[in-house]
Amino acid sequence: MSEQNNKQASRILVIGGGFSGLTTAVDAAETGAEVIVVERNPYLGGRVAQLNKYFPKLCPPICGLEINFRRIKTNPSISFYTMAEVDNITGGPGDYSVTVKLNPRYVNDNCVACNACAEACPAERPNEYNFGMDTTKAAYLPFTQAFPQKYVIDSAHCKGDCGKACQTACKYDAIDLGMKAGTITVKVDSVVVATGWNPYDANKLDILGFGKVKNVITNMMMERLASPAGPTAGKLVRPSDGKPVQTVAFVQCAGSRDENHLPFCSYICCLASLKQATYIREQNPESKVRIFYIDIRTPGRYEKFYWKVKDDPNVTLTKGKVASVVQAEGSDDVVVIAEDMMTGDKVKVKVDMVVLATGMEPAGAAKKLSGVDYNENGFALSGTGVFATGCSKNPMDVAKSGQDATGAVMRAIQTGQRR
Amino acid sequence: MDKNLGLYICTGCSIGEAIDIEKLGNISKNALKVPVVKSHFALCGKEGVALIKNDIKSEGVNTVIIAACSSRVKYKEFDFPGCIVERVPVRELAVWSQEPEQAQLAAEDYVKMGVIKAQKGDIPEPYITETVKTILVIGGGVAGMTSALQAANAGYQVVLVEKEAQLGGFVNKLYKKVPTAPGEYSAPLIVDTDIDKMVKEVGSNRNIKVFKSAKVEKTDGQPGAYDVTISSNGNSEVVKIGAVVLAAGWRPYDAAKLEHLGYGKSRDVVTNIEFEELARKGKITRPSDGKEAKKVAFIQCAGQRDPNHLPYCSAMCCVTSLKQAQYVRQNPDATAMILYKDIRTPGKLEYYYKAAQDDPGVMLTKGEVTGVSDAGNGNLFVEMENSLFGEKVKVEADLVVLATGVVPATVDDPILNLQYRQGPGLPDLDLFDGFADSNFICFQYETRRTGVYAAGCVRQPMNMAEAQEDAAGAALKAIQAAEHVAKGIAVHPRAWDTTYPDAFMQRCTSCKRCTEECPFGAIDEDEKGTPFYKPGRCRRCATCMGACPERIVSFKDYHVDMIGSMMKNVSVPSEDDQPRIIVLACENDSYPAIDTAAMKHAKFDPAVRFIQLRCLGSTNLVWLADALSRGVDGMLLLGCKYGENYQCHFAKGSELANYRLGKVQETLNRLQLESERVGMIQLAIDEYDKIPTIINDFVARVKEIGPNPFKGF
Repeated sequence: MSEQNNKQASRILVIGGGFSGLTTAVDAAETGAEVIVVERNPYLGGRVAQLNKYFPKLCPPICGLEINFRRIKTNPSISFYTMAEVDNITGGPGDYSVTVKLNPRYVNDNCVACNACAEACPAERPNEYNFGMDTTKAAYLPFTQAFPQKYVIDSAHCKGDCGKACQTACKYDAIDLGMKAGTITVKVDSVVVATGWNPYDANKLDILGFGKVKNVITNMMMERLASPAGPTAGKLVRPSDGKPVQTVAFVQCAGSRDENHLPFCSYICCLASLKQATYIREQNPESKVRIFYIDIRTPGRYEKFYWKVKDDPNVTLTKGKVASVVQAEGSDDVVVIAEDMMTGDKVKVKVDMVVLATGMEPAGAAKKLSGVDYNENGFALSGTGVFATGCSKNPMDVAKSGQDATGAVMRAIQTGQRR
Repeated sequence: MDKNLGLYICTGCSIGEAIDIEKLGNISKNALKVPVVKSHFALCGKEGVALIKNDIKSEGVNTVIIAACSSRVKYKEFDFPGCIVERVPVRELAVWSQEPEQAQLAAEDYVKMGVIKAQKGDIPEPYITETVKTILVIGGGVAGMTSALQAANAGYQVVLVEKEAQLGGFVNKLYKKVPTAPGEYSAPLIVDTDIDKMVKEVGSNRNIKVFKSAKVEKTDGQPGAYDVTISSNGNSEVVKIGAVVLAAGWRPYDAAKLEHLGYGKSRDVVTNIEFEELARKGKITRPSDGKEAKKVAFIQCAGQRDPNHLPYCSAMCCVTSLKQAQYVRQNPDATAMILYKDIRTPGKLEYYYKAAQDDPGVMLTKGEVTGVSDAGNGNLFVEMENSLFGEKVKVEADLVVLATGVVPATVDDPILNLQYRQGPGLPDLDLFDGFADSNFICFQYETRRTGVYAAGCVRQPMNMAEAQEDAAGAALKAIQAAEHVAKGIAVHPRAWDTTYPDAFMQRCTSCKRCTEECPFGAIDEDEKGTPFYKPGRCRRCATCMGACPERIVSFKDYHVDMIGSMMKNVSVPSEDDQPRIIVLACENDSYPAIDTAAMKHAKFDPAVRFIQLRCLGSTNLVWLADALSRGVDGMLLLGCKYGENYQCHFAKGSELANYRLGKVQETLNRLQLESERVGMIQLAIDEYDKIPTIINDFVARVKEIGPNPFKGF
């Protein structure tokens, strides 16, 4: 009945294996397309793999990822490359040629994830998955529930002077220290850009003290601190002295809605801070949270989540821009100075820790792909045959990213039709 | 299929050191009659896989049991098309998570269960009937038309049903719209809606058939084979449909309920929809006296974000008022005041807000509007508290616009008129304030009715640009459902599954449990209560199988006898101080958590044996009764969180399992057993570190009750 039956499968390249990319891949393949996913990290899942809980349900991100991973495992129409980066896109709709650089993992498919290499490895590396708040061995599994469940060797931190301890320890010939970078070329009908976002560099937010004042962290660091798989096994303690946090201040729009930094709103930070307030409140009934904001943006039915947090007497919301964040004299505490816009008063609060609700910078701000158009802030733009989705094109939350990715598939599968 | 079993035991990953492989092999050969039993140091390696492949080829092995690692890893290596493949996670459950002295017995139990599962299972054959792939789109607004065009342009037939006499929906009422091009919301800040172009495009698309002034009277059947009765202008017609996009839209909140804001008291208080009509006339004049409005106040959240009216934010009203301020500003002498609680312009919409802020004729002020009163001079006062101007202030305006919010069409009408035993609409929408939304953050289009996907403001409050994106996604999901049903494959979340529930109807007692409990309304019944399974609606959670007291519902690779037989082969130590506890775990969340804990070498009490279920909803009480009557000391169910924020991928599975446990008391009483021997715990996938304690606590509870008196019988 449909013309669809006689056509060749549409071939789609998905750049980015985060939430948007995975949704794109699964939805496209389950509609009959052939999909290739290219992911820069050694694991799939992207930013959401670093989150402790999702708002507003406070459910674990790995739950939805696990379902999508299972669909990838059972669907022969999806192939994926980790530690891979798109070099170049040439051609046009229905006939793209894309070169992909495959970085060496130094661990092959023989890996059984037994941890012997990590046990033997004498070298350590800062754990970027936990934003440098702890270390791993140079031979490591990116995180406990990582997919693929395969170890990696960080060549930048492997000193190579241990006599190949990992290779000796591995009983399965899984370590290949001579592995070289490679390049492959794939032919596809359309390209979906799902390169996501990076947390805005908090070091650029001069007045907010990050990197200079002790116990000022970012909201993404807070996710790792709260996670049972994080550097403190989920205990909310402050970095400088390990003291359990009792009072925390959140600085909203840390970089967002600011002509000097990110001129747009990052969508998620209000909800993220409200969510993180629940982490703190749940862990310590005596704790107090103060949120400094410009506007609380909890669109649609998220409003109810805002009410739930706002109704907690130990959570205070103050409309006002933070003027400065400084170290308290003689202690590791932090002082936040702000103006309460509703009263005009100057507010000065001393807290154990400050969380900067830093915004999302689209991946295109740091790296632009040839063959993809971007706006001046680095947001990817859709064309014919190249479709931007998720946070690469507009700041959005996980729910919207999934929805948007499904919409991108609808457009992408039509490209294959014109072949 | 005639099965030739082959058991392959891996000795790598410490399995060989912890377990007497020869003994395990002999048990399998002798007691379980497995003809081919082999072991290898690294089954997942090239040589190991080749060994199995060779047996498939030359020994005729077609049922492969792999006693090695979890099925969550090495899935590519152990993929043998055409064979039944059963993975026994000896590494995780018998070696890594057990003390050495406990490993052997655990491995034997798990291997026995794996062999039995393989013996009892069969290769699925998809349920294939004649289907169509035509997409029904309900609603001819921007969302509906977008869905229709997207599906049509992808080569699918579309039937579009619009209740009004013309297409266009709410956009027909608009004077201008916010630019929705992928631009940056720079000038011009208001543009033509161009709705006519879209209407024309729909009208001229040969794949789209439009019914206007029309209503869906009935939706009968199932995805792939719906019979949809559409009435239009007194005629009614039955159309064959594959899947449905529900884009029935919204209505504005009833402003008559906003008397405190002056609506109905002063004619110069209008809603934002009414304001569009005023603006269309060219010069904006006040309804009361026709005087040109030069000081227009916009009251944001007129009903929204208010527990007495709409408990949610309507997401579009801030931008609508910013847009309508531009209508006002078409007269350079006129000013617009926007009185807000918070301005909500997420993402790039911030640029649009910024543009308004840069206009000195647009004033934006935060405050709580408490009322609207007569200023005495023909104008109105808007009274505010806690505003940026001070504690209690009044601002004068000659026209007041209430930024009223969105009420989804599904609040008033089920719209779909499904001829389902469980009712005509989507169930439990009060969870979403009446919106036809999904409870899943990760899976936005999942409704509780397979083949029905909502888009636009009937799903969530959203603006026009968002509705178009949403509509594209919903169209894709509808296409996907139609394609999967045609091939006899399930849709989300088991989008690989080709099994389906097969009920042995001769033994059905028409008890209606399956028809009542199915979370997806997949089972209808006649007046006598005889169930009729509609596989196209089914998500394969097997809740029906769990519900059935006659145990007549089966899937090719999953049935009551299979799990029951596996449990019967679990060893029950005769010693009183060695309890045996069977843990039934949901394979979507709890089992991956167990697997993760084992990967981390957490140690589980040796009393437990784990069995994976498709969903806890498939738990049949006969399993509990049988196990306890043969001496198993306790049964623990581990499943997803339920309640308002349920995490069960089948919506109701874990909740139903808990409900059934409430009824198990009766059975246990009959056996004169304590009900505390059975328990259920809600577990999320990231709570793997809690599992050893959860298990220890349960084992301690069972130990305290004492050994099962049926032990040894």
